[in-house]
Amino acid sequence: MRVLLLILMLLPVIASATNAADIAGLNDEQEARYRNLTSELRCLVCQNQNIADSDAPLAADLRNQVKRQILAGESNAQITDYLTARYGDFVLYKPPFKAITLMLWLGPVLLVMTALGAAFAFARRSRKAPTTFVVDEERLRKLLDENK
Amino acid sequence: MRYLIPVLVLAGLVVLFAVGLQHDPREVPSPLIGKPAPAFNLKLLEDGSPYSAADLKGRPVLVNFFASWCEGCQVEHPVLLKLAKEFNAEIIGMDYKDKLEDVTAWLKRHGSPYRKVVLDEQGTAGLDWGVYGVPETFVLDASGVIVYKQIGPMTEEVWREKIAPLMAGVKS
Repeated sequence: MRVLLLILMLLPVIASATNAADIAGLNDEQEARYRNLTSELRCLVCQNQNIADSDAPLAADLRNQVKRQILAGESNAQITDYLTARYGDFVLYKPPFKAITLMLWLGPVLLVMTALGAAFAFARRSRKAPTTFVVDEERLRKLLDENK
Repeated sequence: MRYLIPVLVLAGLVVLFAVGLQHDPREVPSPLIGKPAPAFNLKLLEDGSPYSAADLKGRPVLVNFFASWCEGCQVEHPVLLKLAKEFNAEIIGMDYKDKLEDVTAWLKRHGSPYRKVVLDEQGTAGLDWGVYGVPETFVLDASGVIVYKQIGPMTEEVWREKIAPLMAGVKS
């Protein structure tokens, strides 16, 4: 029972909208490219799915388009160019590196560097501070005497 | 001063997120703005005669992708009727992935704001125009260049604030 439940829970994860008819007529190399491309292209209707996994009619159209262009001998770059010309960089799960996406690519690096710098400065300051420790002997003796 | 830094960082983030939340992630900016309308060669609903992107040139037009099966299209329909009637806006309807009898019945029931209705049965023009969910409306200037794209239903507000000034600007 538990195993069955587990399988049922995993089903949506492993299931893909791509079916046998979609890849009919493609050779092994073309099929690999097809799977690769459709997994890297975003479905614009259901934005958190790629077009390989989406059941939306638009995703089916785009899969079809990818297949047709692979069969027509277009390169991967030509196919993604075709789609970005129509839908913008948004269709690509991996955005290109250019002026408008600069923060997207460099932001995390900057953030980590800032955090490391702050951590380093903090560590240095706390190491320097408690090196000298002055003991007021008279007061110490007094305190000890009191607790006798 | 020590405690001011985290507060300032937090305030900065709040502002950033507040601005970010104002954006609708469904409105994907079109790369076609400022570019000539993509070519197509389709047929008209009225008489089956050919209609192409070249026929959109010469005056500013609205190109509205719609379908009889689309709910948002019913929402915007009264607005389009009003634009056509009161402002004499030329609206070309692109009937997206629809059946001839369905769209004919739909237009009969709701009335037609369209000067012409182009049949895009396979959605090929839709694909070339970067349409990902009807209704979508493109504003073309007299030279056939796309100057604005409305994603989702047209509203009077969008017309008044965004489109009408553009149409006035491009009118020769």
